[in-house]
Amino acid sequence: MNPVTTPNETTETPAEATFVPALDPSTPLSPSAPDREASAAARRAARTDAGERRRIDPSRRVADAPLSAVPHLSQDDLDAFGREMERIRAKHVADLGERDATYIRKVIKAQRRLEIGGRIALELGFIPPFWLAGVAALSASKILDNMEIGHNVMHGQYDWMQDEELNGRTFEWDTACPADQWRHSHNYMHHTHTNIVGKDRDVGYGILRMSDDQPWEPYFLGNPVYASLLALLFEYGVALHDLEVEDARYGRWDWKARLPMMQAIWHKVRRQAGKDYLLFPALAGPFFPVVLAGNATANVVRNLWTFSIIFCGHFPDGVEEFTVEETAEETRGGWYVRQLLGSSNLTGGKLFHVMSGNLSFQIEHHLFPDIPAHRYAEISDEVREVCERYGLQYNGGPLPYQLFTVARKIVRLAWPTGAEADAFVASETGGRLAKTVVRTLRGATRAVRAAV
Amino acid sequence: MTPSATAPPAAARRSRRRGLTQRLLDTPLADALAGPHNVDHYLELLRPGWAVKRIRGEIVDVRHQNEDSVTLTLRPTVTWPGFLAGQHVEITVEVDGVRHRRCYSPSGSADIRARTIELTVRTHPEGVVSQHLKRNAHVGMFVGLSMPIGDEFVLPRPRPGRIVLISGGSGITPVLAMLRTLTDEGYGGEVVFLHYARTAGDLLYADDLAAVEAAHPNVTVLRAYTRAGQDGDLAGHLTREHLRVALPADRDAAAFVCGPGALVEAVRQIWAEDELTTPLRYEHFAPPELPEIDPDQLGRITFAQSGQAVEATGRSLLEQAEQAGLSPTHGCRMGICQSCKCKLEHGRVRDTLTGDIYGAPGEEIRICVSAAVGDVTLDL
Ligand SMILES: Cc1cc2nc3c(=O)[nH]c(=O)nc-3n(C[C@H](O)[C@H](O)[C@H](O)COP(=O)(O)OP(=O)(O)OC[C@H]3O[C@@H](n4cnc5c(N)ncnc54)[C@H](O)[C@@H]3O)c2cc1C
Ligand code: FES
Repeated sequence: MNPVTTPNETTETPAEATFVPALDPSTPLSPSAPDREASAAARRAARTDAGERRRIDPSRRVADAPLSAVPHLSQDDLDAFGREMERIRAKHVADLGERDATYIRKVIKAQRRLEIGGRIALELGFIPPFWLAGVAALSASKILDNMEIGHNVMHGQYDWMQDEELNGRTFEWDTACPADQWRHSHNYMHHTHTNIVGKDRDVGYGILRMSDDQPWEPYFLGNPVYASLLALLFEYGVALHDLEVEDARYGRWDWKARLPMMQAIWHKVRRQAGKDYLLFPALAGPFFPVVLAGNATANVVRNLWTFSIIFCGHFPDGVEEFTVEETAEETRGGWYVRQLLGSSNLTGGKLFHVMSGNLSFQIEHHLFPDIPAHRYAEISDEVREVCERYGLQYNGGPLPYQLFTVARKIVRLAWPTGAEADAFVASETGGRLAKTVVRTLRGATRAVRAAV
Repeated sequence: MTPSATAPPAAARRSRRRGLTQRLLDTPLADALAGPHNVDHYLELLRPGWAVKRIRGEIVDVRHQNEDSVTLTLRPTVTWPGFLAGQHVEITVEVDGVRHRRCYSPSGSADIRARTIELTVRTHPEGVVSQHLKRNAHVGMFVGLSMPIGDEFVLPRPRPGRIVLISGGSGITPVLAMLRTLTDEGYGGEVVFLHYARTAGDLLYADDLAAVEAAHPNVTVLRAYTRAGQDGDLAGHLTREHLRVALPADRDAAAFVCGPGALVEAVRQIWAEDELTTPLRYEHFAPPELPEIDPDQLGRITFAQSGQAVEATGRSLLEQAEQAGLSPTHGCRMGICQSCKCKLEHGRVRDTLTGDIYGAPGEEIRICVSAAVGDVTLDL
């Protein structure tokens, strides 16, 4: 399929002479350049040692472990792990075909049925059972559209099918965020810089404090409130994500440069809102408010669900965060290990996985973002086996518990520890703020005294 | 894809054929309700035979004229504007999950009353689409259709006084469409239909040709069999003598030839050597050429949109484009985000991560992890 491999072309190529690796082997990988180990020799080694199966004692310590989260792995181990992942990937890429096409078509068909059924039921929503059924069907339709179809198609998982309706670069989804902006903020920013605090803007979506490494400031006292609002209005949160509005807090937000993006968002939001809150309600005539309420509920249900699944992908207990410094020299192998440690799976039944767009296999999704997601379940067995041998943590748990640990983190990080409060007062903004508070208090006291 | 010269009459026909419902479905309101998807996205499920934007055809008949061909009759959606005899259409079929697009020339009459499209597909030994259709085409199956394509190889208007149609093998399809269109519209001029097949058994549309010949005294059908010992009107491959039998030599004539490259070449050569003045139009069904590649060869990279070209160095196409002063969209530069995907127009590339060599014309490739193997043209 894609890429098409002709065995003798790949194995017998005397590539050394002419094939120049993407970059000099000593150049670091991420995020601006390909691979330190992508030299012809390394690639050939990777291919010939297809049987390489390392087993590493997790209690050992290597002298200069590149990732502090895994002190028992050397650079060489990380690269070996990366090669094992590449092998899993190659196996599935070579096997793409009918099965994957049939699966995604089936999901799309189900989504269309649910949407048509849901819309019709809501037009008859003045009969209460119809309203409930309509909301359920439309919510399910939007969830499928956004997750198992939209999210996955936009990762290019089905590009090999050459179907223009399933093309990752042109697909548009049933949510407020314009697909083009999402492709940038998600496919690139988040998937490349996963869980690097300060680089991955999915860490808190720019408005929440989700990591101890984000310095505390009084703004974050509202953490639980912002999180609740974000969950309810998640589609708009995602839509505004790429605008980096949080920069406004520090007075360095350049609205002029972002005008075209804002226009695109406005255009998409208007179309989405026009459809759900004007046109479909209007078709019901006097029952306008009934349909409007139904559509709004379906959107909120979808928002809460997607927020939960997505926040459980990277923020439950046990998930690692990384610093810019430790990832500066990262190789492809290091990238794979970071994807693994920075993600967390959700356990559940088949339907649960479909409704979460298989993002319940967040780890597999981050390792292989462009492999059709319905394969993640089988891939997860292979990944887990490798993780065991390398002594690597494989995070996961049921949704309610994971959600609880995420909520606990949101609340805990709202309030500073003593050290964090001190650090804030000592900081420039903190100092200024403290002075202002003291001055205001003094002024007020003086005014009160004078009045008395 | 050129929408072709058929546009005005076809549009008129189309609106006549479309009922009120389908016209309502093609309004901005319907678009807004269906958004962000296409109305057809839903119609496909509710009424597979309906479409308001895309063109699709439902197979309503499958005929196996001989061992190595299959003849399909398609009923197109109302979005199909009709075609001119001689034009072709790109059909899309799915084989093992992958969509393939191939050109076929309708062989039926282009007459306004014809509501179907007839295609005859000759099977190629390893042909992906032709083999698939031969084995799996069945009544009720849908294929994607393009607008009709081609404005050279069509019957001119006004019709010339005499017409000669020469074809070989499956090349019969567009010229048969011309013949059937001419007889349907009551054309009174002389038509000579010269067709080459290996044997009488290989002759496609034998019965149809006999029927046309019997019903229309102005039509002469010459059957030429290339294999020895066959009982045809002519024997062997095309020669000057064959042409002399068939060819009207005056200016108010037109000649069309479609078939294997060798047949088309032979005709063109005689035309040039004998300085014939009859206008000749030709077409041949060459499948797209796959370049022979030598994995050690670097070649040249051409950026089609910007008109630049550089020598390949083995570095990623993204880097080479940047060195040439272009700034292609990109993100991760490591093959995960898909931002850098770009259409490969020609050539093959190496996946710098796995070493695999891949690529076909029209395929979208990640240029950050692809390097040129041989000459490559990118849509950049
Ligand atoms: C304008 C136009 C009109 C046409 N009209 C008709 C028509 O009316 N009827 C008709 O039958 N055809 C027609 N064709 C040809 C048709 O479009 C296809 O090319 C043909 O059917 C073969 O398609 P396929 O998928 O079966 O074969 P493909 O898979 O495209 O292969 C084509 C040939 O190449 C060989 N091949 C494939 N891959 C390779 C490889 N890697 N290396 C070497 N060889 C390879 C195969 O063995 C096969 O013989 C037309 C073409 C054009 C351009
Ligand atoms: S730049 Fe991200 S895939 Fe090429």
